[in-house]
Amino acid sequence: MSQHYLRGKTAIVGMATAGIGEAPGFSAMELLGQAAVGAVADAGVKLQDIDGVFAATSSHAFPTMSVVEYLGLKPKFFDGTNVGGSSFEMHLLQATLALEAGLCDVALVCYGSNQRTAGGRLVSMSEPQWHETPYKPRHPITAYSLAASRHMAQFGTTREQLADVALAARGWANLNPEAFARGPLTKEQILSARMISDPLTAADCCLVTDGAAAVILVRSDRARDLPGKPVYFLGAAGANYHRSIVAMPDLTTTAAAESGPRAMQMAGINQSDIDLAMLYDAFTINTILFLEDLGFCPKGEGGNFVEGGRIAPGGELAVNTNGGGLSCVHPGMYGLFLITEAVAQIRGDVGERQLTDCNLALCHGNGGTLSSQCTAILGSAATL
Amino acid sequence: MDTETKPVGPQATYERYLAEGRFMIQRAISTGEYVFWPRVVTPQGAADLEWVTAGGTGTVYAITVNRTRHGSWNVALIDLDEGVRMMSTLPAIETAPIGARVKARIETTEDGPRVVFDLIEEDAA
Repeated sequence: MSQHYLRGKTAIVGMATAGIGEAPGFSAMELLGQAAVGAVADAGVKLQDIDGVFAATSSHAFPTMSVVEYLGLKPKFFDGTNVGGSSFEMHLLQATLALEAGLCDVALVCYGSNQRTAGGRLVSMSEPQWHETPYKPRHPITAYSLAASRHMAQFGTTREQLADVALAARGWANLNPEAFARGPLTKEQILSARMISDPLTAADCCLVTDGAAAVILVRSDRARDLPGKPVYFLGAAGANYHRSIVAMPDLTTTAAAESGPRAMQMAGINQSDIDLAMLYDAFTINTILFLEDLGFCPKGEGGNFVEGGRIAPGGELAVNTNGGGLSCVHPGMYGLFLITEAVAQIRGDVGERQLTDCNLALCHGNGGTLSSQCTAILGSAATL
Repeated sequence: MDTETKPVGPQATYERYLAEGRFMIQRAISTGEYVFWPRVVTPQGAADLEWVTAGGTGTVYAITVNRTRHGSWNVALIDLDEGVRMMSTLPAIETAPIGARVKARIETTEDGPRVVFDLIEEDAA
């Protein structure tokens, strides 16, 4: 396989999170600022070295403008592509393109939200779809419930299997001191949780938390001169065919079936090489859909795949080792936290939940209602 | 009246038909493709769209029941026999099996008319 010229050209050299869980009294931008300052310090660069800015939030219509003003930056390149929670996997690709083209030298990818303490509900800037409004869908959950209903009818997927996803996430969260939802959780508790939108219960839904995250990227030649252990960009790709769930051609197959293989092709790897899969688990059905669409198991077998603790601590495939959106953090857009966990695992920085030999991580972001799908592959120096 | 002859976009046209009690969908003259929801071009790129009366029969593709303190209602995706999908609801019942056959009717609500569906009895068992 010929190597894609972008493979390994950039690296994440700094990373920080802020306000994970609850951060009362802080605005979304204040939390974002804390994460950015933390990432800059972690990278061993100065804030004013940043000349590329990539941002998306649920509370800023012009996110890069707000970020550069708040942080006092004067970037030469910026991109505020907003494809929901998958924005940040796409930003890694855009930052790599800009860095490789010499349009900037130090790129900041950042996000911040105070959705929990500001109101406790998922906030979205998205406009209602006029052809959906008369039927009063409660997005995002209605869309994911429709997909779950179809997956169950088509493949025999069960609520018990959905519960296995939530159970695995809690298992990982219990190894992560930063995770917001920790403590014992039984399958019976998950199955008896309040039904919100059949077949999804409260236990099938992600958290609503506060939280911010930021990463710093530079070209790989420069990364070697910085103090930290670089985590290399190996590949990324996006795929997007629809906006509204009614326009999704097949509710049991997401565009991850296209973004995943393209990202892996750029990285020159396949599923069996991956040590860690960070999958955007806004709802339990997501993890099952993405395990199938990314090729970790055949279509329709995701439910069987997650049984028996296979994606839980000690299982065969490490999935969402921070506890995921279901038990760790979900401030509205979760995509950048997939990346920060992958970076921390590859660096070997995560204590009790550390995987042995974590060299290759796949981060899969999801945006909208199973709409935008973006996959990014990160690796240690050993993978170059 | 003069205002009635002025051209309006596909959304407004659909809503005007609905207000007249007609469930109309678009079809491309050149390719025969049906389109829903209404727009100015088909996914294949045909822009010569005309309005035709929907047959009104279809199949439940996916369904959920939203449950709140203020009540429950189902939201369904219906595949019309023309081959297009729409979001709708089956207001007469709590829920229905995926694959059930349904028939459209226009229901008037506080927010205006909308297309909803009922189970076709002979197929309901």
